Amino acid sequence: MISWRFYVNIFIMYKILTKDILAPGIFRMDILAPRVAASAKPGQFVIVRMDEKGERIPLTICDYDVEKGSVTIVVQVIGGSTLKMSQLEPGDTLADFVGPLGQPSEMLSEKFEDLAAKKIIFLAGGLGTAPVYPQVKWLHHQGIKADVMIAAKSSGLLIMVEEMKKVAGNVYIATDDGSEGFHGMITDCLQNLIDRQGGSYDLAIVIGPMIMMKFAALLTQKLSIPTIVSLNTLMVDGTGMCGACRVTVGGKTKFACVDGPEFDGALVDFDEALRRQTMYKGYEGKKLYEEQCALGIETCKCPK
Amino acid sequence: MARIPRVPVREQNPTVRASNFEEVCFGYNQEEAMLEASRCLNCKKPGCVSACPVNINIPGFIMHIREGEFEQAARVIALDSSLPAVCGRVCPQEDQCEGKCILGVKGESVAIGKLERFVGDWTRENGIDLTPSGIVPKGIKMAVVGAGPSGLACAGDLAKMGYDVTIFEALHKPGGVLEYGIPEFRLPKESVVRTEINNVVKLGVKIETNVIIGRTVTIDELFDKEGFKAVFVGSGAGLPKFMGIPGENLNGVFSANEFLTRNNLMKAFRQEYETPIFVGKKVAVVGGGNVAMDAARTALRLGAEVHIVYRRTMKEMPARVEEVHHAHEEGIIFDELCNPTSILGDEKGWVRGIRCIRMVLGEPDASGRCRPVELPGSEFEIEVDTVIMSLGTSPNPLISRTTPGLEANPRQCLIVEEETGQTTRKGIFAGGDAVTGAATVILAMGAGRKAARAMDLYIRGLAGE
Ligand SMILES: Cc1cc2nc3c(=O)[nH]c(=O)nc-3n(C[C@H](O)[C@H](O)[C@H](O)COP(=O)(O)OP(=O)(O)OC[C@H]3O[C@@H](n4cnc5c(N)ncnc54)[C@H](O)[C@@H]3O)c2cc1C
Ligand code: SF4
Ligand code: FES
Repeated sequence: MISWRFYVNIFIMYKILTKDILAPGIFRMDILAPRVAASAKPGQFVIVRMDEKGERIPLTICDYDVEKGSVTIVVQVIGGSTLKMSQLEPGDTLADFVGPLGQPSEMLSEKFEDLAAKKIIFLAGGLGTAPVYPQVKWLHHQGIKADVMIAAKSSGLLIMVEEMKKVAGNVYIATDDGSEGFHGMITDCLQNLIDRQGGSYDLAIVIGPMIMMKFAALLTQKLSIPTIVSLNTLMVDGTGMCGACRVTVGGKTKFACVDGPEFDGALVDFDEALRRQTMYKGYEGKKLYEEQCALGIETCKCPK
Repeated sequence: MARIPRVPVREQNPTVRASNFEEVCFGYNQEEAMLEASRCLNCKKPGCVSACPVNINIPGFIMHIREGEFEQAARVIALDSSLPAVCGRVCPQEDQCEGKCILGVKGESVAIGKLERFVGDWTRENGIDLTPSGIVPKGIKMAVVGAGPSGLACAGDLAKMGYDVTIFEALHKPGGVLEYGIPEFRLPKESVVRTEINNVVKLGVKIETNVIIGRTVTIDELFDKEGFKAVFVGSGAGLPKFMGIPGENLNGVFSANEFLTRNNLMKAFRQEYETPIFVGKKVAVVGGGNVAMDAARTALRLGAEVHIVYRRTMKEMPARVEEVHHAHEEGIIFDELCNPTSILGDEKGWVRGIRCIRMVLGEPDASGRCRPVELPGSEFEIEVDTVIMSLGTSPNPLISRTTPGLEANPRQCLIVEEETGQTTRKGIFAGGDAVTGAATVILAMGAGRKAARAMDLYIRGLAGE
């Protein structure tokens, strides 16, 4: 069976230019996608498909280079498709790479004076550090230094700390197991910081696992810090066509792919968002087991 | 003279097809087609032609079929339609050509749709190339947004006039609804849809997938940076509507678009494809259009018991008669005259049922259909674990919002001059569902072709011809 691509004459290859491992199961790739690179803005995302049979995977944009025509993505192995992607090397190609999707960060449309007057902190949980980076970098280019708090389960899972230090104000580290920086959750780390230094922040931008964003938003609300979260919901098309990404924000249904992905953290119904994320959990898990099994990966827990 | 009855068409057995995705209808073979064609009276004032949205010379092509001149039949259709194999399968013929066929007054109309399909299939299977030779390239760049029926038709005609045409498509595959919406068992992708796209590509049309106009590039950039002289917007009506009732965001509630896209575009029904799809044991599909039928029959094939919940009766359903009939044969249960009031969830937030209210038909409304009225106190529950919402779609506002001067009405439909597709902005034309809201393949195709003619005139006007 010949692929339909055979007939389509503008056949763009999304080539992998570089790849590096940031932590176990987390890797970074530069992808050649000039059209996306030319219009990408901080806060937006792309949808990637590995091959003809692959699913459409939404991934946040971590960086972009208009001159090289490249877009940087950071991927964590969580399912069959991402596991397969982790086995690709520079020179390999992705079947599809579409974007940029979603609204650019709200701060891009804010007046410089207003933004510069604000004390901003980013709370980055795990893989959430990747989409935080272009925002901090953008602020840095505007001459604004934002503080960044990066959290992970343990020291080995922290990513992009060095890159972040180059563009951020203060960088704080927190690990659940205390192997590096503050010992505890990101919420405790923030509470501790504010207790210690007294002053608070005027804006918090929280990006990480849904559960972390839920608790971070609860805390920042208590601290009266206006908070923005970036929701990583299920998605199919990413253009408003399916509604797989719907979330309730302030009592209204929104499509994360076109209305978001950023929303007011105080208004998001996190419990619903958490629940909707699990829609295909069994499915993903099953495939991953099967594939790890086939690949002879030791962690394979499949029932066989 | 004794009339021969309408030649029946061979179909897959309903119990067999209820668990496969192969095409339901096999279509006519040559003998059957010629026999059916012989029923046509070749009317002087054919009602069928005026009821066809693109006025195909129906008796003209049918007479050629009768004589066994299939290639000539194809050429007659090609004058007005570029998608006979598709439209023969999906047009609502009973409301169009067949609905006005003189034979239908007393008996059964000519099976115009099945004959059109026969010609389309015969042309493909025999490798007949209808593309005109000797196209003189004009070296003028034209852009088309969206590779659905309207965009493909517009692009094909522009290419035949010698324009250098590029289609920009947001998804990873061209075809629009033909690819992501209408299922395999009604419209085979590899054979039929692929061929239609290939025919457009053979004319020299370039298709660039993964480009979302308004995000990846804007229409202004197409004009200013990429040198396109005119743009056709055929971006369809892809945004799903929900009812706004409690429980719509529970796990297990999907838009028909999501359900169908997972299954058709992403091929979730095939084991070797990675996209997951959830279909429970018992599914309620809310709505009565083609999209509802397609979602219901897909869920059935994936192994569920399926109920169609519709607020009027089967008679008023906007879906094609053939689809309602097929759905019924396959074992879909029709819960007529009931309307959902809320979706019920279990303690984990998954669907456990749907609460409905009984309706009665009241006075006909402006559209001529009887308005359904709620019967007070008649609420009841249906136990289901999946709900698929199929309540219609509206155009995506992305393009109108990112293109200054391009105006849409409050329903997000682009405002155009009916005859030309000219929008409120110079050099931009539009057609298909993006203009009308969700409609039909044939109307979208017709609008694309009309716009192609107007775009040619526009370019000639610019050149002062
Ligand atoms: C499930 C289903 C069943 C149907 N059944 C029938 C039937 O039996 N008979 C019938 O006549 N009609 C049927 N229809 C309706 C018919 O398919 C549509 O009316 C027709 O396809 C409209 O054609 P179009 O070209 O205007 O838009 P579409 O087919 O919707 O194509 C639009 C294309 O534009 C792309 N696009 C959108 N936005 C952008 C953008 N910003 N940039 C780039 N590309 C973009 C989309 O991805 C899509 O590929 C059905 C529809 C559905 C959903
Ligand atoms: S109206 Fe019916 S009988 Fe008359 S030309 Fe058309 S298809 Fe033939
Ligand atoms: S991902 Fe389909 S509408 Fe958002």
